[in-house]
Amino acid sequence: MSSVFDILLTASFWAAAVRIASPLIFATMGELICERAGVLNLGIEGIMVIGAFSGWMAVYLGMGLWGGVAVAMLAGMLFGLLHATLTVPFGLSQHVVGLGVTLLATSTSYFAYRLILPEVISPPKIEPFQVLEFPYLVDIPLLGPALFAQTPLTYAAFAVVALTAITLYRTPLGLAIRAAGESPQAVAAQGLSVTGLRMGAVIVGSGLMAVGGAFLTLSAFSSFFFEMVNGRGWICIALVVFGAWKPGKALLGALLFAGFDALQIRLQQTPIGQAVPYQIFLMAPYILSILALILMSRRAQVPAALMIPFNKGER
Amino acid sequence: MTAQTLGAQDVVLRLNQITKRFGALTANDAISLTLHRGEVIALLGENGAGKTTLMNILFGQYTADEGSVEVFGHPLPPGNPRAALAAGLGMVHQHFTLADNLTVLENIQLGTAPLWRMALGVAAARAKLARLAADFGLEVDPDAQVGSLTVGERQRVEILKALYRDARILILDEPTAVLTPQESDALFDTLRRAVATGLSVIFISHKLHEVMALSSRVLVLRHGRLVGQVATAETDRHALAAMMVGAEVAAPAVAPMTPGPARLTLQAACTRDRGTAPGLKAVSLALRAGQITGLAGVSGNGQSALSDLISGLETLTSGRLDLPAPPPKWTPRAAVAAGIARIPEDRHKTGTIADFSLTENAILETYNQPPYSHRGLMNWAAAEAHTAKLIETYDVRCPGPSGPIRQLSGGNMQKLILGRVLELSPRIILANQPVRGLDIGAITYVHGRLLAARDAGAAVLLISEDLDEIMGLSDVIHVMSEGRLSPEFARGALSAAELGLWMAGQGFSDAA
Repeated sequence: MSSVFDILLTASFWAAAVRIASPLIFATMGELICERAGVLNLGIEGIMVIGAFSGWMAVYLGMGLWGGVAVAMLAGMLFGLLHATLTVPFGLSQHVVGLGVTLLATSTSYFAYRLILPEVISPPKIEPFQVLEFPYLVDIPLLGPALFAQTPLTYAAFAVVALTAITLYRTPLGLAIRAAGESPQAVAAQGLSVTGLRMGAVIVGSGLMAVGGAFLTLSAFSSFFFEMVNGRGWICIALVVFGAWKPGKALLGALLFAGFDALQIRLQQTPIGQAVPYQIFLMAPYILSILALILMSRRAQVPAALMIPFNKGER
Repeated sequence: MTAQTLGAQDVVLRLNQITKRFGALTANDAISLTLHRGEVIALLGENGAGKTTLMNILFGQYTADEGSVEVFGHPLPPGNPRAALAAGLGMVHQHFTLADNLTVLENIQLGTAPLWRMALGVAAARAKLARLAADFGLEVDPDAQVGSLTVGERQRVEILKALYRDARILILDEPTAVLTPQESDALFDTLRRAVATGLSVIFISHKLHEVMALSSRVLVLRHGRLVGQVATAETDRHALAAMMVGAEVAAPAVAPMTPGPARLTLQAACTRDRGTAPGLKAVSLALRAGQITGLAGVSGNGQSALSDLISGLETLTSGRLDLPAPPPKWTPRAAVAAGIARIPEDRHKTGTIADFSLTENAILETYNQPPYSHRGLMNWAAAEAHTAKLIETYDVRCPGPSGPIRQLSGGNMQKLILGRVLELSPRIILANQPVRGLDIGAITYVHGRLLAARDAGAAVLLISEDLDEIMGLSDVIHVMSEGRLSPEFARGALSAAELGLWMAGQGFSDAA
């Protein structure tokens, strides 16, 4: 057990946890916005893949890093538009459409990769975002390196959480989005467009998911691999539930999951890691997340109209 | 104040030859009306007469096929709810348009500020709401979640929503359908205050006494047409009822009967609470042969628990349920075997299977018995013959026994359900809201069948929110409130107002 505490007292552990959490934070906020408006977006996994791929490819083809982020966001919004069109005005099954979008976005990425780089064996690298340190603040023990020595996209992730929370709870737009997920009838009765609100939420949310994917190639790994998103999208769907559809609690969930992940990597290097098969460590964050999910989400208030299509003329 | 004494400059709303068709059905047929400042008009009509459709057109939820609307002298663009709101129209829908998980204040603020404004302006909204609440006697906690409010409080929120938007014309669609008589009186007080400040009100109802109490003018709709328009002072309930249905309606004549032995008794019966709805709290009740026991009460006060208990869907946590021949285990099948005819509250969800044929629905309770089941195989010929007989005996208007039951109107569906259970010569009949949503013809039919079954010796439990129905049919009456059952009252022992007090929870001993 002492090795666990040793790890918890290293600055590199906390910095790693925040870094691992960053893509999850973007995508979780994206999913949260979609679900608050009443649409479950299972396209998240594929949208993260297309974000990772398109951002990286844009930079590889000569754009700046922020240009890559913008390309990723646009690509995500495009698939968000597809998802929103099928689920909101057409009212199709959100499960089927979401899984379809995931498959389409994933295979589109792989297809484009092969099309643009037909002869390549190992994917080319790009120059990723560098760490941007805040002077003085970075000297705070443990938290300094974790919070103030990260890449710009990590800071952006935290800003997105604040922006999401303020928009949802402090602006008329946010109230309308939440109402669209709770009672679209009430929204329509005020003459607001449920279709517009829901489509907008899905498109913007999908853009954020794609930026989460782009974090992996532009900030974390500097290259694009197949399977690199590796289920992070599905984790984000669980994190939204874990966070009871509240931005702040969802942020906490993302940090907690990332903390488990950073911990298990380090535990593998300790004597415990020699005795226990490494697969157990790989499972650990997921098992702990499921347990936390069960504990946290029992009293959560699900948006009442989540997954229920709204038809204006229906009696 | 009648229409004749008012000048044209006082007209706040004018509907011109509004026509709306849904396929072959003409829901509104060239309806014209005017509303004056400070006036309450009542729109009276049966279910399906076209009242709600007309108001949805006015409010921009539907677009009229023909005709036009003018508000304060300006034409209202069709199919645009925002324009209707901006013109000063406020609507309180029959089914509230509130989000349960949001607070009162959030519900009221929704849509009142431009979406792209940077702040919600909570403080100003709170102040305005407090002022309106005081002015109109509509007290409600602005920070409460709407889901935790009573139905009466939710209605107050809906009215406040309209007033908050500076509505000058209030439209209320069946506002008292879910209220106790006392809550209705409070609502009427509010409306009178609103009218005194110059608001105009359209009040949609099919309850005659409310129409008489509140309105200055009554417009009667029948089958989508405006069939009459009278000053309230110059008419009475009988004349209005006749206008509404097109003929004089007679209340059912109930001959007194001497009740027989108890067919089912409950002693201090308790069941689990279900979410916000209470379970039974020490309910003692006897259903006697040849007697209709009426159960009044606002919905959600334990009626479902009682009806599920008698149906075999709910079990007791304590207390006793006694039958002449008690089954070993209380299940829905045991209830059917004990001769309990179940007419469920929701005929679409629990009474029938929408996509099953009439035949399949007609044998839902007996499919596993001869002649429909023979050596483990279905005998569809027997089932179909039985259904054809039911269709004829119970006057079910339908294309035939093999079509899906969802194609039937509510009244015809209910007749098939009645036939399904009454053909088994039940000893006990559980009729939970048996005429909800039916038109007067079907209501008369169902009531007639229930009375005939009672005369033939069945014990009937009639659960209804409609006091007129309870008081008209029942030999004895109980009231339910928060899971508790009132003592038994003989027919005519209590007035509607006294029953209303019991419905509001007064009179119950705290020990209960």
